[in-house]
Amino acid sequence: MELIYLLFILVLAGFLGFELIHKVPATLHTPLMSGANAISGVTLIGAMVSAGSDNNHLTTILGVAAVIFASVNVVGGYMVTNRMLSMFKSKQKNKEAQQ
Amino acid sequence: MSMTLLVNVSYVIAAILFILGLKLLSHPATAKKGNLTSALGMFIAIVMTLLHRDIISYELIFAGILIGGVLGAWMAKRVEMTAMPELVSLFNGFGGLASLLLGLSTLTIKQTDTLTITTMVIAYISILIGGVTFSGSLIAWAKLGGRMASKAIIFPGQRWLNALVIITAVALPFVIATQPFTLNWFYIAIGLALVFGILATIPIGGADMPVVISLLNSYSGLAATAAGLAIQNNILIVAGLLVGASGIILTQIMCKAMNRSLMNILLSGFAKPIEPGEKIEGEIKALSAEDAFYVLEAAQSVVVIPGYGMAVAQAQHAVKELQELLEKNGAEVAYAIHPVAGRMPGHMNVLLAEADVPYEQLYEMDAINPRMDSFDVAIIIGANDVVNPAAKEMKGSPIYGMPIIEAHRARNVFVLKRSAAAGFAGVDNPLFFKDNTRMVFGDAKDTLNTVIREFGD
Repeated sequence: MELIYLLFILVLAGFLGFELIHKVPATLHTPLMSGANAISGVTLIGAMVSAGSDNNHLTTILGVAAVIFASVNVVGGYMVTNRMLSMFKSKQKNKEAQQ
Repeated sequence: MSMTLLVNVSYVIAAILFILGLKLLSHPATAKKGNLTSALGMFIAIVMTLLHRDIISYELIFAGILIGGVLGAWMAKRVEMTAMPELVSLFNGFGGLASLLLGLSTLTIKQTDTLTITTMVIAYISILIGGVTFSGSLIAWAKLGGRMASKAIIFPGQRWLNALVIITAVALPFVIATQPFTLNWFYIAIGLALVFGILATIPIGGADMPVVISLLNSYSGLAATAAGLAIQNNILIVAGLLVGASGIILTQIMCKAMNRSLMNILLSGFAKPIEPGEKIEGEIKALSAEDAFYVLEAAQSVVVIPGYGMAVAQAQHAVKELQELLEKNGAEVAYAIHPVAGRMPGHMNVLLAEADVPYEQLYEMDAINPRMDSFDVAIIIGANDVVNPAAKEMKGSPIYGMPIIEAHRARNVFVLKRSAAAGFAGVDNPLFFKDNTRMVFGDAKDTLNTVIREFGD
């Protein structure tokens, strides 16, 4: 793939990111960050290829190590975000829960 | 060939789900669905990657995912909500480390003669950003958890060392481009990045941590983007940039809420010690928790302003209990939350959500300030600088110009605090000396529990 094509995607994704994140209210900024942790674990996808391909030992070792750390982020990030977001309740729901 | 197409189509779907997930995060009622949407996107991308034509063995991949997944799940389940800034810092660091390792692995493949200069330089960038993110996040994690002193650390010659590291880091790509390929250049890059991450984080003090965490969050995304460029993978570029943008926006919000530039915060440790400003006239008036109860019992409207001290004292549940008693007594209770209260963006909101405070009762600074005069009582729990009227009144004050929650305009102000000492910034707080302010000294949780007991009698 040509670099210029990748840069094009990069610029568009950047603008889209700014538009989307600006709409997240302050009350959700902590879950936003932990959710972002999970998304940054996307390196797992590249790491899987490094870890599973026919390569020399060093590449495989680096790949597996990257798989481990990225998996911590993906699983831990989504789980802790889910845990936090489950605690955010509206007045209505709070009352229902108490009854 | 069709397999490759299938994998790439799955990445497009994953990107769509990430974006939809972030969109759903724009309201607390849909946020949980948004997170699950994003997780579904990640799951699809991971499963479909197994079909990648270069992958020939799966044992190590599954072993790695299992180890990392179990570790991540264990950390996510175990963490206390007060310790969330530490966990996010740690995850920032792991994200950076994964990108560093991935960037390096692109350079260790069998046929190194196929490596172009562009690939090498991009891999170098991902190693650099990943390394800075990793070591910087570990320092932030240690500072936040009290594993090392949270105050700024400065040593002689630090600026020169910083300059030397930066110059070497800028010069190295030229060496890589012109000299024969060897991994040694990249090992040097790792060393430089790790050292710079430490040097950049140690001079930043505890109260500026919301900015540091946001910035490192952004770096962890940008590191993933750089690694994505190195391995020419679209989904890494897109997802990494979404994270990068999120971190940058949060950093901007934090800086604005402190009325300081990013540079000013990053170099804060190097600033000259603060000169004592104007003398504050007046005296501090203390009040017992029992007497505070009588005022609260008569109050029609109460606003609670939490800060990091509430997290330290683990007082959020006691706050909620008091809220219920006040509401039963006919009073309206609101919470006013400053953007930099706590140690990361949104920290107070999560703690109060944990204590079952409905999110409709949490107000942002700009929403609550116009009606501050109408509150009978403002209770300040473990906050200091974010309610310091010096930011509005004293031109010489180091925090002058910072937007604050104007608690001093409420009819009565109760400050729950261990002592009358200055806040983190070392700035005296004229609020403590105002006529309508009463200091309720002691542990915030004990004070609240005393008031709660009085309500019971």
